[in-house]
Amino acid sequence: MFIHNCEGDAVTIENKLIYMDNSATTPVRKEVVEEMLPYMTENFGNPSSIYEIGKISGRAVEKARKQVADAIGAEENEVFFTSGGTESDNWALKGIAFANRDRGKHIITSSIEHHAVLHASAWLEGQGFEITYLPVDKYGMISIEELKNAIRDDTILISVMLANNEIGTIQPVEEIGKIAREKRIYFHTDAVQAIGHVPIDVKKMKLDLLSLSGHKFEGPKGCGALYIRKGTKIETLLHGGAQERKHRAGTENVPGIVGLGKAIELAAGELEETNKHLLQLRSRLVEGLLKVPKTHLNGHPTRRLANNVNVTFEYIEGESLLLLLNATGIFASTGSACNSSSLEPSHVLTACGVPHEIVHGSLRLSLGRLNTEKDVDRVLEALPEIVQRLRNMSPLTPQEYRTL
Amino acid sequence: MDYSKKVMDHFMNPRNMGTLENCDGIGEVGNAKCGDIMKIYLRVEENNLRVEDGRIVDVKFQTFGCGAAVASSSMATELIKGKTLKEAWDLSNKAVAEALDGLPPIKMHCSMLAEEAIHEAINDYLLKKGLEPWED
Repeated sequence: MFIHNCEGDAVTIENKLIYMDNSATTPVRKEVVEEMLPYMTENFGNPSSIYEIGKISGRAVEKARKQVADAIGAEENEVFFTSGGTESDNWALKGIAFANRDRGKHIITSSIEHHAVLHASAWLEGQGFEITYLPVDKYGMISIEELKNAIRDDTILISVMLANNEIGTIQPVEEIGKIAREKRIYFHTDAVQAIGHVPIDVKKMKLDLLSLSGHKFEGPKGCGALYIRKGTKIETLLHGGAQERKHRAGTENVPGIVGLGKAIELAAGELEETNKHLLQLRSRLVEGLLKVPKTHLNGHPTRRLANNVNVTFEYIEGESLLLLLNATGIFASTGSACNSSSLEPSHVLTACGVPHEIVHGSLRLSLGRLNTEKDVDRVLEALPEIVQRLRNMSPLTPQEYRTL
Repeated sequence: MDYSKKVMDHFMNPRNMGTLENCDGIGEVGNAKCGDIMKIYLRVEENNLRVEDGRIVDVKFQTFGCGAAVASSSMATELIKGKTLKEAWDLSNKAVAEALDGLPPIKMHCSMLAEEAIHEAINDYLLKKGLEPWED
């Protein structure tokens, strides 16, 4: 079996697996792999070494830094490589909190952030910081009014994600940036899901910090970056060697960094074209899914990532749905508690007010650049039957929605 | 998380799925909030001498829940079909899980639901007969 997203050659319609979980991770692009390969073999030098093969690695890292900076409108010396989104988020929150605690102990974030932000925030609360978690409306959108009201004299940081990983809702980041800058509060955004989908300009958005992760835009796993605006007061998270201008220790993941650089250059360069394609697929998919009775779209109808579809089917449970989809070669994800190791349903859907009774029936289909209209049609062909099968099994299903 | 082949088999091809009309006992446990509900329907052939020797001649289930919940329901109904009420009552959640070649630790509560649903259904039968419900 082959996943078409891996650009395999021996793919036929029958054995084609449909990967629609691109918000979880993406396959690494061929062009990216090619750029990375020499840095695993002949160009293996440590960038900190002064001899030639060390310098080759060093130059590759600097080239990637420029690629990342160009993609988000930053300066090269404002980009720091990390191990991924989680490290970037942790560094941003903990680093700002501890470096600025003489100014205040209050941080504002939202209730639908990624766990990397939420759990880092919870840890900071244990360290004596105070966190305000902004609520969201039914579309997953924060309110600018509520943000303004939450700001205190001792607020040192606002951290609100650019686009949500589960429902794709895009936050009014530019407005938040304006408020934060006026009030002289640092502003961090987790842009992990947004890169390659939302045009980013850190200056226009008035961002002080931005997290990104390579594997979400067809780059390698284990490599990300944190943008830190020049002049930002931030503590170091990882102590050790003098890498990343003494701000982030550890020998650079050179192949990963090279891959990240290439991937972000491609993703940012093709953003418009990719979004156009994804939007077409998304509307077709949403339209088809909503034909299934008792199905609801989660997230914002328009202010959402072009690749994100999230729906709830009443009367059924998400893990069962994923298992049956998997059996037909379709890979997706759910916010059901039964599919999480914590046995807690999605905090994002819960924050959006999706009733507890139906939150377990959610399905996220996140499209990728390589998905086709045929993929969408195959999903739309398979899903109604699967939903019906589970509804026939469920004691919750009213008689009129049963076929057995 | 990996399910055993047996769990997948019972999930993909559930045995005894459905309802029994005019059945003798119904047990429903769990709630939609937690993400799993199991409902078990029993048809019992009465034994005039000893209640506990009454025989489960037919059993069906309806389940809202994950793969493990569906498989546990399917396996549990298979295990009590044709058994006496006493034998069915004594079926433990561990026996259900073992018959499925094990469940991931985080999913063990699904087999617990099956045990509880059977107990509820048997007690529903007993109450309908005007008898005292049994206790765990």
